[in-house]
This record gives sequence, C-alpha cells and structure tokens, in this order.
Amino acid sequence: MEKVISITTPVTTSQVQELRAGDNVLITGNIYTGRDAAHKRLIELLADGKELPIDLNGQFIYYVGPSPAKPGHVVGSAGPTTSYRMEPYTPTLLKLGLKGMIGKGALSKEVVEAMKENGAVYFGAVGGAAALISKAIKKAEVVCYEDLGAEAIHKFYVEKFPVTVVIDSKGNNLYETEPQKYKLP
Amino acid sequence: MREIKAELIKDNVRDLFLHASSFIGEDIYNKLKERYEAEESPVGKSVLRQIIENNEIAAREKLAICQDTGMAVLFIELGQEVMIVEGDLNEAINQGVREAYVDGYLRKSIVDDPVFDRKNTRDNTPAVTYIDIVPGDKVKITITAKGFGSENMSRIKMLKPADGAAGVRDFVIKTAVEAGPNPCPPIIVGVGIGGTMEKAAVLSKKALLRTVGEHNADPRYAKLEDEILEEINKSGVGPAGLGGRTTALAVNINYYPTHIAGLPVAVNICCHASRHAEITI
Repeated sequence: MEKVISITTPVTTSQVQELRAGDNVLITGNIYTGRDAAHKRLIELLADGKELPIDLNGQFIYYVGPSPAKPGHVVGSAGPTTSYRMEPYTPTLLKLGLKGMIGKGALSKEVVEAMKENGAVYFGAVGGAAALISKAIKKAEVVCYEDLGAEAIHKFYVEKFPVTVVIDSKGNNLYETEPQKYKLP
Repeated sequence: MREIKAELIKDNVRDLFLHASSFIGEDIYNKLKERYEAEESPVGKSVLRQIIENNEIAAREKLAICQDTGMAVLFIELGQEVMIVEGDLNEAINQGVREAYVDGYLRKSIVDDPVFDRKNTRDNTPAVTYIDIVPGDKVKITITAKGFGSENMSRIKMLKPADGAAGVRDFVIKTAVEAGPNPCPPIIVGVGIGGTMEKAAVLSKKALLRTVGEHNADPRYAKLEDEILEEINKSGVGPAGLGGRTTALAVNINYYPTHIAGLPVAVNICCHASRHAEITI
C-alpha cells in the first residue's frame, strides 16, 4: 500500500485517474448505495428513455444492503456485497458519469474496459467488516425504491470512509497482482 | 413421552439467531488472531486486523457482524420420545426466525420466488430446516445464518470412483481458490463426500458447523483436510483476496456411504463470519 489519499465527492475524472491500485483512500461526502434489484430498475428506466432518480455524475455507488439501524443509530451494519452481480449494469452507468464503485470481489474484463474508457475506479472495502465500516456513515436516507427494503437506493453521507483502490482507471488490478506475490509452488 | 411446548422451540430459535449474528465463535476469533500474528502480507495483516476489530465491535455493541445476516438454516435432532405440544414445530421455527430478524434489527434477505417475483418476505422466513429423528427425549437445535457471498461460490460435482482422493482434493482446492476474493476470505470450507447428490450438499453444510481446529475422526480424512487446507493457503489469495498466506481457516470433511458407481463431492464455502450456534433442550 502506497499512501492514504482523502477525496471528497463528487469527484472529477482527472481526480480518479490519479488514483492507483493499492492506494488507501478515505472518502468524505455523499455516496449512493445500490444492489442487484436497484440496478435492474435503473437500467429499465434508461431503456424506457426515462430519467434516473439520482444524478450519477461524479458519484460513487456502494454495493451494499445495510442491516436495519438500531434505535439511536444512523444505519445498521453496512459492509460491501459481491460486485460481479452488478456487472451487467455497470458499463451503462459508467457512461452516465459514474466515477467509481465500492464493493468486494472480482470484476469482469468488460467492466474494467468500461472503467478505462470512462475514467473510473473500483474500490474494495473489507467484506464482513460491516459493523466497523458503519462507523464512517454519518447520515443515511432512502432516496428511492423503498419497497426493496435493504436493496433500496440510499444516500449515505460518509466521513473518512476507508477503502482501497483495487482496480484503477488504467486497469491495474490488485486481485491479479497481489496473490501472485504470495503464491507458493 | 416428554412434552415440549412449541413456544420453547420458538424462543430458543430466536435467541440462537440473535446470539450468532453478533457474537463470533471463540474458535474462529482465536484462529483469526493466530493467523493475524502469522500473516506475512502487510495488506493481509491489515485486513485481518479489521476483521478482528469488527468482531469485537459487533460483540460489544450487539451489532450484526455482517450486514448479510443470511438465510436461516436449521438442523434439528428431535428425540423420538419427544412430543411437540401446543403448536406446530415448523411454524415455531419460522416464528423464532421472524422474531430474531424483525425485533433484532437483522437484515431481511429472503425473496418469496427465486425466478419471477423475487419479492422480499420482509421477515427473513421461510427458514431451511432439516429434521432428523434420533433416540432419546432431547431436542438439539443447531442454527446457522448463512451469508450468500460465500454460498454463491459453493459447488457440487459427481466424481468418478476412479478419481479417488486426488480427484476430491483437486476439486475442493479448485473451488476454493477460484472463488478468489468473492466469498470474503479467509474462508471455512465445508466438504461433503458420498451419499447422493443432495446428501453430499447437506453434509457439506453440516461440516461448516464444526468447531474450527477439530478434525474428522477418521485419520485418513483428517489428513486430507490438512493437505487441502495447506494447498488452499499456498494459493496466495489471502485475506479479502488482496494477497497473503491466509485464504482458509479450516477445511472440514464429512462423509457418508455411497453407491458403487459414484463419488459425489459438495463444497460449501463460508466467509470468515461463520455464524452458528446450538442448544440442547
């Protein structure tokens, strides 16, 4: 890991293009949540020529379905879900100005190509560190699709939300390079 | 006959899920600490530290260890001298799950129809329940809240008898390593060998419930567990898939007699947040 970089959303393309795989990043600002069902609805709206309920320009989507907030809490536990399930929808959203995804697990070549074309990055958060991660979420509200429960699109205001750049806008990929360093015959 | 009220089953099911969702087993916690000390990768070490810290926060503040509080899976060993009274056993189980997930602020992750409607049932029911009738007048309830990041990386294969131990070994290693970062490593690998297709799958799920560090009673299978674990940890996948020596915490094998023509092998993967609990009433 090289360095710790602080960034505030919304971001510009050049800001995310400066990020390199391995950088530890602390995100502050609003981020949107979205999982399988919400992505499906967004893409269906676009197919019908309608406007999206959220402006993705310069934004990050966090792949998460939080557990319910206990009384007195902003949000429940909120760690990343596995990203590959959103692959069919991601290139379309990147064309609309989405600048990054936060999740865990591998992404397909098609998505990485779309990230390179549009200047976007993929951040990894630690899967299963959901109670710890929730401490960085200071405000949470449902923006749309409340009927989807945990899968509704939320807007989180986060402070120093800890992530690692796993795949950068050049296509450098920690999931490919790092295990090789520790592979034994 | 010993009479046990359905309500007692319900209350215990609820309490087991509430407990397991916030408190990681001591066996896993200790193994994570041991691996943290041993891990050579600085990033791997940092990930393990975050996982350990997360488990401590969850226990201290009674928060869900992971937001995916799973699908409720139960293994019930029902003594044949027990009569469940004042209610229906299956309904008591589902009511226990409902109370845990609704009142305990756990995430409701179940959809009613897998293909078409996919409408959330809003109370995390129904549970997946296996009931075995056993001798005696006790009821043993074992629960697991099974997350799906790792469930999705599970595989089953009908090997040929000629594939033998080497075939089993290769299939389990391939499944665990190809899963890469997706199932939230370090993982626990449950392996079911023998029986029929579905028997192998159920055995593999049960294998996940074994205490980390314990081995199959048969020394040949115990050796196979150790060999597979070592190979998986040579892969370099590491904590969170970001490189390191700790890809799996345990490999647990369960086996059962099978047909002369077959060698079914099921591999059920669980993330490091393997949440399970049991009680005997």
